[in-house]
Amino acid sequence: MLQTSVLEGDRLALARLLTEIEADSEAGRSALNDLFKHTGNAHLIGVTGAPGTGKSSLVNQLALHYRKPPNGEAPRSVAIVAVDPSSPFTGGAVLGDRIRMRELSGDAGVFIRSMATRGSLGGLATATIGIVQALDAAGFEIIFVETVGAGQSEVEIAKLAHTTLVVDVPGLGDDVQAIKAGILEIADVLVLNKADRPGVEAAERALRGMLKLGHPTKRAFNHHGRPTVTESSDAELAVGDEWIPPIRRTMATDGKGIVELAAAIAGHKAHMEKTGGWQLRERARLQGEVEDLLSSELMSRWRSGLDDKDFQKILDQLVTRSISPGQAVTKLLKENSQ
Amino acid sequence: MAEKKIRVLVAKPGLDGHDRGAKVIARALRDAGMEVIYTGLRQTPEMIAEAALQEDVDAVGLSILSGAHMALVPRVMELLRANGQDKVKVFLGGIIPDEDVITLQKLGVTGIYGPGSPTQKIIDDIRNSVAALA
Ligand SMILES: Nc1nc2c(ncn2[C@@H]2O[C@H](COP(=O)(O)OP(=O)(O)OP(=O)(O)O)[C@@H](O)[C@H]2O)c(=O)[nH]1
Ligand SMILES: [Mg+2]
Repeated sequence: MLQTSVLEGDRLALARLLTEIEADSEAGRSALNDLFKHTGNAHLIGVTGAPGTGKSSLVNQLALHYRKPPNGEAPRSVAIVAVDPSSPFTGGAVLGDRIRMRELSGDAGVFIRSMATRGSLGGLATATIGIVQALDAAGFEIIFVETVGAGQSEVEIAKLAHTTLVVDVPGLGDDVQAIKAGILEIADVLVLNKADRPGVEAAERALRGMLKLGHPTKRAFNHHGRPTVTESSDAELAVGDEWIPPIRRTMATDGKGIVELAAAIAGHKAHMEKTGGWQLRERARLQGEVEDLLSSELMSRWRSGLDDKDFQKILDQLVTRSISPGQAVTKLLKENSQ
Repeated sequence: MAEKKIRVLVAKPGLDGHDRGAKVIARALRDAGMEVIYTGLRQTPEMIAEAALQEDVDAVGLSILSGAHMALVPRVMELLRANGQDKVKVFLGGIIPDEDVITLQKLGVTGIYGPGSPTQKIIDDIRNSVAALA
């Protein structure tokens, strides 16, 4: 069985299992059932941001860092899942994230897998959760999930990851600020990559400004029994139980700022563990997972018990506006349960 | 259940300059509905075999214009086999002399394509050879 070999560290078995999981095959499902008890040890790090911001280059640098920590810490094994969109027209995809990760090759402590979204709506492949579980069970201590930030996918990645990095670059312009405001909400750490480019200062100021909107740093403190209001000058301070996303400048092409970025990631993990946020996220993550599985299972069961003629009849009524979609659902559920 | 997707690694081993041809092929395979893992320039046979394994590909496409195919291709084949990936189909594009074509085919290379080969032929060959395995 693939799952046994995966637990023994067989890389080809792992690669094949990932294919089964992607195909949502019986073998893949049953392996995931067996492997689940071996999961829960990895630190899952989501990396998202607009196309070309340097996500793959950053993951490459961070992985190099974890493989050879400069401060004498023990190296940690790293898995990388790089998700790219499938073409909606042909279903094909060019998955090019490995181009930036050539320095990681030849290291048995690293495993890189590219995957296409295969028509999943969110931009994050449906199978990503299963893939991550398999890599977790296989013993990888750090698991990166890289995904292009486009609409829904970053929300999904935030649900999947313990720590989410949102990557921005100078000079993307003000027109994308509206999108950024949404994406900022899911950031645990903000990375301002391509810091060698002009406009870093302005970009950082803009990010800080938006962070303040999302996370007002004015906090009431009961200091010596007397309520005072302090304005935190450093937006990076975690005040009480709240984590204020730090901003880290990087140059992913040569690795500048990576040590500081890794420290911010470690800081987020430590904060989550201290405040109980880690357990909360874990719980929410698993709840989301079960709900997703449940809804697709219920949907397919409902469909298999459905008489297509009845369905078409109801659709006819819907098209002629003699019933509403809400009434259609009521009817369908009734008919199906008979 | 999702259909079985064909996954192909497209790599440019050796030290020669540009990867325009490899990119054209990568896009053509994508447009044919395949998932193409594109690894870029200057790949060693070790890098190619490692990526083929991690990505669990059905086929590997190599683009070699440097003339070093007799050094690179047998090594890639050897590493794929050593990794247990003997079923992975290998395709080669480049300017390959006839006698080398015969040697490489004997080694197990599935398809060899000179400049100007119709991409549809390459697509069909990959599809047929992968389907023959299933
Ligand atoms: N000047 C500069 N260029 C960078 C930096 N980081 C990455 N790049 C370049 O930006 C380009 C895109 O980098 P990638 O790492 O592929 O970016 P990505 O976000 O993974 O791209 P997609 O996956 O296609 O969305 C490459 O040409 C990199 O060399 C940086 O810090 N400074
Ligand atoms: Mg990338």
